[in-house]
Order: sequence, then C-alpha cells, then structure tokens
Amino acid sequence: MALTREQLAQRVAQEFQDGYYVNLGIGIPTLAANYIPQDMQVMLQSENGLLGMGQFPLDEEVDADLINAGKQTVTMVPGASIFSSAESFAMIRGGHVDLTVLGAFEVDCQGNIASYMIPGKLIKGMGGAMDLVAGADNIIVTMTHASKSGASKLLAECTLPLTGKGCIKRVLTDLALMDIADGKFILRERAPGVSVEEIASLTGGELIIPDNVPEMTF
Amino acid sequence: MSGFDKVVTSYAEALEGLEDNMTIIAGGFGLCGIPENLIKEIKRRGTKGLTIASNNAGVDGKGLGILLEDQQIAKMIASYVGENALFEAQMMSGELEVELTPQGTLAEKMRAGGAGIPAFFTATGYGTPVGEGKEVREFDGRNYILEEALYGDFSIAKAWKADRYGNLMFRKTARNFNPMAITAGKIAVVEVEEIVEVGQLDPDEIHLSGIYVNRLIQGTFEKTIEQRTVRSA
Repeated sequence: MALTREQLAQRVAQEFQDGYYVNLGIGIPTLAANYIPQDMQVMLQSENGLLGMGQFPLDEEVDADLINAGKQTVTMVPGASIFSSAESFAMIRGGHVDLTVLGAFEVDCQGNIASYMIPGKLIKGMGGAMDLVAGADNIIVTMTHASKSGASKLLAECTLPLTGKGCIKRVLTDLALMDIADGKFILRERAPGVSVEEIASLTGGELIIPDNVPEMTF
Repeated sequence: MSGFDKVVTSYAEALEGLEDNMTIIAGGFGLCGIPENLIKEIKRRGTKGLTIASNNAGVDGKGLGILLEDQQIAKMIASYVGENALFEAQMMSGELEVELTPQGTLAEKMRAGGAGIPAFFTATGYGTPVGEGKEVREFDGRNYILEEALYGDFSIAKAWKADRYGNLMFRKTARNFNPMAITAGKIAVVEVEEIVEVGQLDPDEIHLSGIYVNRLIQGTFEKTIEQRTVRSA
C-alpha cells in the first residue's frame, strides 16, 4: 500500500535526531512536526525569521505579528529566537540548518529538483525553496512517486524548470525511500506491501536495487 | 533645528518627493509587518509606474494589492505572488512585469544594497531559470551565480517601537524583510506603533540603528491575518 500523508510524515520524522535544527516545507513536511519523538529535542526554523516555532495558537493566543513561512499563525517554544529574513537565509545558505524537508514535482537521478514552475500554468514563485535546496546539505524531498496516470516523477532528467541542480540526495515517496548518488537512484526502503518490481516500474532513471530492501516500519 | 529627530506628523509628509517611475523597497512578509498606511498613502497620491521590491504583493484589497487597483505598479520584484487575483490578471496580460527572485537572494540583495556591496555570489538559482544570463563563478568546486544589489529611491517599512531618532525595535516575525528594506532606500520611511523619547530605548535592544531611517511616523494598524490557524484547547 502506498503511504498515507501521515505515514510519509512519520517516516520523515524518523530522520530527526536529538538537537537538530530543521526546516519543514509547506504540506506533508509540516506534518512531520507532529511525530517528533517525546524524548527528542528538535527546533523548527521558519524562513521568514523564526527559530523555535511552536504549535498553532489557541484562539486567544493568536498574534498577527507571529506567523510561519506559510503565513499561518503560530506560537514560539521556550528558547525561540527571532531574526530578519536576511539572517534567516544566512543560516540556511551557511549550512547551519541540520535538515530540510520539502516537496517537489520532479526529482531526477542527477539530484536535480523541479518544484516551483509548470510552463503554461500560472507561476506563483519559488519563495524560499531555491535557497533551501542550494544551502542545505541534508535534504529530504517528499512527493508522490508517480502521477495519477502512472507517470513517474523520479526521472532520468527533470522535464520542468529546475529549482536546484545536483542538490538532492534523498527522496521519500509514497512507495519508497531512495538515495541519489553518482547519477543513480538507490532503493533503500519500500512502503509496506509494495514490491520492488512495482517501484522499479514506476521509476525513471537508473535504479540500483540492493539485495535487501526492507519494508518501512512505523 | 530638528537634528536627529526623524518624526513627521502626516503620511503626506512621510512620502513627500515620491514620484512616478521610482523604485520602492518594501518590508513585510505576506501581510505581516507591512507598512500598511504608507501603502495607502501611495494609493492616495496616485503615483504610477512604480517598481516595487517586496517578498509578496499583498492580497486583493490589502497591502500592496491595493496599488494594483489603479495600476500603479509597473514592475514587481518578489519571491512569491500567488495570493492575489488582480496581480495574476495584470501579470498574464503583460501590464505588470514580474521578476521572481528567490526569497533569500531577495533579502540579501536588499542587505547588499544598504551595505554598499554592489553584487554577491550565491549558489541559489544556479542551473535554474533564475541563473540564466548571470555570471557563474566556481569556488571550491561549486558553482555560484552573481546577483546584484537592490537600491530604492524610497524604502517603506514597519517597525514596532522607535525613539525619535529612528532607532527601531521590531516585534516577532513582523521583523522579516523590514530591516534590510530600510537600509536599501535613499529615503527610508518607517511607520511604527509607538514613538518614545530619546533615551527610553536600551541601546543594546535596538534592532536597527536610526542612521538608516530618514522619516518616522506613528500610525495605527489593521494587522490583517492571512491564514488564521488555531488549535483547540
């Protein structure tokens, strides 16, 4: 079975380590915050200028001056700090954020990512995504493995305009966890009940299949 | 003698000298920390042909969105513009030129403009549409593109608290692009919620020095929330 949104978020959260500063993109990545283990400290960075983002506010706590990068009202955890957007991206570009998780339309086996622009459709902008993929070393892309019509989104070469070049080393889809190295996808884990063959048939680009590809556990 | 006193008492005075076809650098992220009354004053003045650098372009009827109603903006430099139907329409028809700029690059272009750095190299955008036509340089085996600083004829920004000399404190994530935007404008106009007497702010707690601020005005703010998200108790 393909992973649900919640399972994707849970699997992302398994990558968290105690003491990590993490930037979570909009959508599934944000959900991963719900699965931070109780015995672990993880601090969330919001690129508009907040480190130490907390949960959504209670109705009476709502503050128009306190939002996340998705423009949602949020709270701060004890130990949070506030800074300008320039300093926020200095943190990101300077490699100080331990883990970045974001979505994409396509990823290819050269580590290229396309996530902001579909020619012919309205282009809203890249926001902070280009800075995040260029600045972070440890990035997980979360996406669906293939379109509803079965067209792979893991490709030999991205067809859409790129958000970043050669910067993605790990992709989590609803079917599989893959690493990317030396121009190849490497299958690391598969979603429970999903066969290696199914994953291979829905993956464009060269795919290395190790002898043992364990099922994900939650 | 006004010396270092930056306070003006009317919005008309705050934006005196703003003319058609000028470039404005604006603070704010979404509708958070935007100079909402200065934007309203630009609408009232009817200034046209403006180039505006701001992370976002407001929403319909709020923030920079109101300047689209009378087509006052000719060019927008922004990282994300997806919340605004009028913006979309004017972009699609070609009335409005849009230069999409990555968020961190935009912030750094403003910072560089204010800090006397004409250009900088960044890995952001290399190999993407943003990098097209830009100089590429390799440092330590990695490719970077040259991005130029941004300068404004005016900056418009919002802070929380100021003293009369224009020393500023921001509040929570309403800080966002405001400090850099202020530094990048020849005439930096800042509106605040409260102005206190000189000496009442602790110098260690000032976020941006008054040296960057030319005009200061106290206003009242709507502070519209774009995405009100709450949890239940």
